Amino acid sequence: MTLDKAQLLPMLRAMILIREFDERAIQLRIAGKIYGAVHPYVGQEAVAVGVCTPLAVTDRVTSTHRGHGHCIAKGADIRRMMAELFGRVDGYCKGKGGSMHIADFAVGMLGANGIVGGGLPIACGAALAAQLEGRGAVTVCFFGDGAVAEGEFHESMNIAGLWKLPIVFVCENNQYAANNAVAAQHPRADIAAHAAPYDMPGVAVDGNDVLAVHAATVEAVARARRGEGPTLLECQTYRWHFHAMRAAPPAETRPAEEIARWKAGDPIARLAQHMLERGWLSADELGALRERVLADLGEAIAFADASPFPDPKDLLADMFAE
Amino acid sequence: MREISFQAALDEAVAEEMRRDPRVITLGTDFSGNPIKEFGAARVRFTPISESVLTGMGLGAAGCGVRPIVNWRMVTFSFVAMDQVVNQASKIRYMFGGQADFPVTYRCSTGGGIGLAAQHSQSPYSMWMHLAGLKIVLPSTPADAKGLLKSAIRDNNPVVSFECSRLGTVTGPVPDGDHLVPLGVAEVKRAGTDVTIVALAYYVQESLAVADELAREGISVEVVDPRTLVPMDVDTLRESVQKTGRLVVVDEAPATCSAASEIAALIVEDRETFRALRAPVRRVCAAPVPVPYSPPLEQAALPNRNDIKTAVYEVLKSV
Repeated sequence: MTLDKAQLLPMLRAMILIREFDERAIQLRIAGKIYGAVHPYVGQEAVAVGVCTPLAVTDRVTSTHRGHGHCIAKGADIRRMMAELFGRVDGYCKGKGGSMHIADFAVGMLGANGIVGGGLPIACGAALAAQLEGRGAVTVCFFGDGAVAEGEFHESMNIAGLWKLPIVFVCENNQYAANNAVAAQHPRADIAAHAAPYDMPGVAVDGNDVLAVHAATVEAVARARRGEGPTLLECQTYRWHFHAMRAAPPAETRPAEEIARWKAGDPIARLAQHMLERGWLSADELGALRERVLADLGEAIAFADASPFPDPKDLLADMFAE
Repeated sequence: MREISFQAALDEAVAEEMRRDPRVITLGTDFSGNPIKEFGAARVRFTPISESVLTGMGLGAAGCGVRPIVNWRMVTFSFVAMDQVVNQASKIRYMFGGQADFPVTYRCSTGGGIGLAAQHSQSPYSMWMHLAGLKIVLPSTPADAKGLLKSAIRDNNPVVSFECSRLGTVTGPVPDGDHLVPLGVAEVKRAGTDVTIVALAYYVQESLAVADELAREGISVEVVDPRTLVPMDVDTLRESVQKTGRLVVVDEAPATCSAASEIAALIVEDRETFRALRAPVRRVCAAPVPVPYSPPLEQAALPNRNDIKTAVYEVLKSV
């Protein structure tokens, strides 16, 4: 399927928004406006957008500690996301979750997760629910290359293959499990090869090519909707920044040449170029699009900053359902 | 009233709730009887031995409108799923600001005394109590087992049903029909005036037997069964101790950071109940060892009636 201008423009916008959201998150963390840890998604935007674009609102995703991009791509409101980072009552979790626990069940975003591999079993449960409902809904499970070394990955792949669950396992191979290179983590760096023993297709794609990610996802989602079971999709990408920061960004430990090489394959620039070449976008329009994104982010930050902090009297609220 | 076994009562609870609500499904590596015959293979899921994914699947499906019952079989197997229990199930509702409910029930057998040795003779409910986000039931009779499990399945939160191994074949009266026991309500199993024994699971019947023996000596023992550990019906426990002024807590978990410790703390930190105390609180618990295999060693590790009786004498003679 070839994507036209009308389909690509919102994808380009979402990718720019994801990048700028996390660039702002870094600055806000340095400024002390937000707390805890920030795991920027910058550089990986083509994965979230390529995967989530073919999904319906009734489809569900689970996310990781590096989850802002997945939230935005699945349709979460950046004002409520930002308010959550600010720890305010208008945040998605009323300030109880923060960056690593944003969820928006109304749009099928079942939550970021601070535990590597922790979201995979939960995604299998969402897929089981969809299988029981029988309405063709699909679950996408995002995780990183590090999670492939976890038992939860293998247990989830096994049961999903066995029960033909309607799920797409999306491995964002950003080349590093936290701060350790993929080659030092797995005997074979071929993550898609893990699909075969679990009786599902394993597909490796250029994760910085949003068109390739989209096309592979369309096929995997269609297969899941037809009841034919899961797919493992390995998206090869790269995070431009550090694994995680707290008060200040940590020193870079990866080779400068490697970073430069991946930045040269910037997924946003590649999509923009694709559209420019076809006359679907002009440099002016691209500039205007970026300005609108920055204005939206400015508004989201103002919304978050104006939202009240939670009242300590609400500390125990939300523990248990009635 | 008809009498059925503890295990049969639990099976009835699951079957009745599956009949009542088509959203209830059950996941496990094996089941009593042949539930697939009545409920079909879509709702009765034989699973691989994959505790992490089972635990997380139950949670994820619960967040999407299903009401799963996940059977760990033995609580010891739940430790394979520590991430899903500790990091996910117990925190998911709160950390997402209460935007979804997670009506999942985790079932497991618990306790020692049947020669299964160290790994399969554990009573770790206090570990799960500590997490704050799980409800926990621990029945001592067939009727409570049925009524609490049915309530657990209907509850909109993750609930862990600890089902004592030694009680499996014990029979008792169970009311016909839709018998429910609400979560968070203790029961005075025997009224008394001199000493309160708060006992858990198997040790409720043992404490009742001790109370019978002591009654012949003129000692009036009140036996209280919390039945639910989270939420704990602290009012009923305190009321009993305010009346008797003496407390013995009996459980087969080791004493350190145990449910027995929690109960003792809930009693002594309440001003009114503390003032009523006429003796130090005593815990009768397992020895702090992995439960050994050989019968004389296993019996030495776990509390017995004599230990309970000795503790009652102790609290009676203290000033």
